[in-house]
Amino acid sequence: MTDNQKGGLKQLSPIDVYSLLPKTNCKECGEDNCMAFATKLVNREVNLEKCTPLKDAKYKKNYAKLVEMLKPAVKEVTIGVGDKAVKIGGKLVMYRHELTYTNPTAIAIDVTDEMSDEEISSRVKYTQDFSYIYIGNNLQLQMIAVRSTSNDADKFKAAVKKVAEQTDLPLILCSYDAAIVESGLMAIPKARPLLYAATKDNWKEMAELALMYKCPLVVSAPNDISLLRSLVKTMIAYGVEDVVLDPGTFANAGLGETINNFTMIRRAACSLGDELLALPTLGTPITAWTEPAKNATLTTWKETQIAAMLINRYADALIIHATEGWSLLPLTVLRQNIYTDPRKPVAVKAEMVEIGTPDENSPVLITSNFALTYYTVAQDIESSGNSVYLIVVDSEGTAIDAGVAGRKMTAETIADAIKESGVEEKVKHRKLIIPGKAARLSGEIEDLSKWDVMVGPQDSSGIAKLLQDKWK
Amino acid sequence: MPEGVKKESNQKFPSELFDLLTGNNELELQDVDILLDELQLLFQPGMMAASPRVAALKAAAKPTSLLDAPFSLPIQKYPGQVAEVTLGATKKDGGSRGKTITIGGEKSPAFYTFENPTPNPPVVSFDVFDSKTALPRSVRNELGDTYQDPVSWAKFVVDKLGADMVTLHLVSIDPLNPKPATPAEAARTVEDVLQAVDVPLVVGGCGDPEKDLAVFEKVTAACEGERLLISTITLDMDIEKSAKLVEKYGHVALAFSSMDLNQARELNRRLLEHLPKESIIMDTTTAALGYGLDYAFSIMERARISGLLGDPELQQPMSSGTTNAWAAREAWKKLDPQWGDKNLRGPMWEVVTGLTLLLAGVDIFMMLHPAAVKTLRNVIKRLTTKSGTFDTDKIANWVSSTL
Repeated sequence: MTDNQKGGLKQLSPIDVYSLLPKTNCKECGEDNCMAFATKLVNREVNLEKCTPLKDAKYKKNYAKLVEMLKPAVKEVTIGVGDKAVKIGGKLVMYRHELTYTNPTAIAIDVTDEMSDEEISSRVKYTQDFSYIYIGNNLQLQMIAVRSTSNDADKFKAAVKKVAEQTDLPLILCSYDAAIVESGLMAIPKARPLLYAATKDNWKEMAELALMYKCPLVVSAPNDISLLRSLVKTMIAYGVEDVVLDPGTFANAGLGETINNFTMIRRAACSLGDELLALPTLGTPITAWTEPAKNATLTTWKETQIAAMLINRYADALIIHATEGWSLLPLTVLRQNIYTDPRKPVAVKAEMVEIGTPDENSPVLITSNFALTYYTVAQDIESSGNSVYLIVVDSEGTAIDAGVAGRKMTAETIADAIKESGVEEKVKHRKLIIPGKAARLSGEIEDLSKWDVMVGPQDSSGIAKLLQDKWK
Repeated sequence: MPEGVKKESNQKFPSELFDLLTGNNELELQDVDILLDELQLLFQPGMMAASPRVAALKAAAKPTSLLDAPFSLPIQKYPGQVAEVTLGATKKDGGSRGKTITIGGEKSPAFYTFENPTPNPPVVSFDVFDSKTALPRSVRNELGDTYQDPVSWAKFVVDKLGADMVTLHLVSIDPLNPKPATPAEAARTVEDVLQAVDVPLVVGGCGDPEKDLAVFEKVTAACEGERLLISTITLDMDIEKSAKLVEKYGHVALAFSSMDLNQARELNRRLLEHLPKESIIMDTTTAALGYGLDYAFSIMERARISGLLGDPELQQPMSSGTTNAWAAREAWKKLDPQWGDKNLRGPMWEVVTGLTLLLAGVDIFMMLHPAAVKTLRNVIKRLTTKSGTFDTDKIANWVSSTL
């Protein structure tokens, strides 16, 4: 790390924060004392506004310092208005293991002003209705990008109007011609769309529009970060504050440079405190379509590839062309994965789950409530075609081996879980299959639960085999 | 430039302008009086077009040409370096492979090529199983009949698909099988595959620590000098014995830990007591996209960064069993038609899992679907070779092109 590094999160200590708090230990924030509050502030687990004494005029300076100190490394920018407004950026850290990533990458699907009404409607509807339930989360798409391919201001305005009539999703208005973008803005003057894009050639006109309509603005400089910084500096001097960075997305030649550019921008923001790059980024996997492969499937494939890489490498928003489930499902699941809180072990509900159509003779198995363990076990049983009762024991979200070693999964918790599950009324037998990694609990479980214990495989992939050979 | 406009000064302004000025920290306001003068100038009748007056107001103090803001590369130096490991041995080094493959050696996080070039491109090894295995249909479709026996399967992926490496999974040795293969039989299969193809080989056990070690004992001796990657050595095995076999017969150890950096450190530490760092690769577990990939990704990214920052126990090249992507039901299951053809969704699941871990720092991928392998190889090539010139205008065209 270099000398001009600004206080990134790693350097921020609870003591630094504490020294600026009122130190009254008034508990109004809900914490026991100011030090506890300071620790939670550093971990981004509470909001500074919870400190009421800090509102006092005498703390004005301290408050301002704290706001500055706790400011995210990357500015947060809001696109759209109302319930469906999308926040992008606001990142606190470069690596997700340091602290949770905020504001999942917003995905936009494009339409053009030369598409038929039917095509526009169907693409808008697709984007709006996209929904996949994954571990209790609804995976969705966030925005519509309207592009002017006609270069006709009236056509663009009509297209924007048409889209806005059909959806509340925020829009991105795409044209390098400010007059065309303005024409689109006239259709939705208060909707705060993202404007794409200011370049070295049109920055003045685009800046005017951003100010006039209070819109966030993309600055675009493909593979030229110096120009990008120059555009940002100029926009800020101009009065445009909500700026989004587009360093160019190259799906073919230039892919390495693309990954580098996004990485360098985020590092400059998070480690070096480079204010001009401390802004959200926009990736445009849609550019894969400017160099189409042999067929649409292959081009979609390439677009998906680059989108996946950019979800990992610091894109805060993406514009995508293909509306294919086999592309957007893995991308939205990836985004969900990357944006979960890495500090919390993901736990599922501790309860009895019926897999298939179990009856009074069906096997009874137990597993832990660590989500990864649970889903793997459930998946393995399901794919084996067996019907079973699976009792999920509360192991405080730890895996079997860690739970047993750490006494979070004990003979007692297992015996209790059996009793509470009601499985004793569901089956005639009293034979319990436990994970191989919990083998050493078997004697104790038998004593406490009065069930016979059968030790299962070390890995749940062996369950099918076990049931086939030993269950009868 | 002042930090911002003081509220007291602003109160002189018409309230509608106040709205426009607050929150604008970058306004050039050396002196409020000057601004008021300008305002008076600007507010002459005729210049009061509905909203553009606002922009005009700002423009008065605004740049008229692009401000210079050169960028210097945000380069960081790392005290640590990942070990370089060579797999396979040619005749002159006591083996029989047509080529060897070297991985690792990184001095920067994955593909931070603005900092350091990638010293060795990551490699993809094709999975081959030695006996009947449940494969997703979309994979079977690609392999034809070849997957019925390991020799023809290995030949197919090397000769027809240009595999750089092959991973031979000895699943037949599993003690849970009705008739588990003996260590001697397993060693013969490995020799047969070595005969059939000349790429470096990974040899995988069944996951039973005792049986695997018994098999590795035969295999390492029978294939002396080939620099096989022995997959895997785990904490519940006799580590000293495993490591000594690997060392004595000239192979490489794959140290497997289950998503726990401390476990990974301990295993590397114990292996390093018997093996040089050039003979160890580590696998911290790959979970499928949607089924724990986030854990796998962060463990790997942390491992790599810790290694670069100087942790000597995390400086081994990393391996990923990317085939685990197929454990996700979304990869193989027929879903509602809106989620697309599973023959595309499945391999894409493997691709996205692989690309994510590529960016976390994986050096060797063990993969299954030919299309997924091809994609990873293409991306790796793109990321590790100079692009030369490319057309930035063409990219900009996406905005106005009918795609």
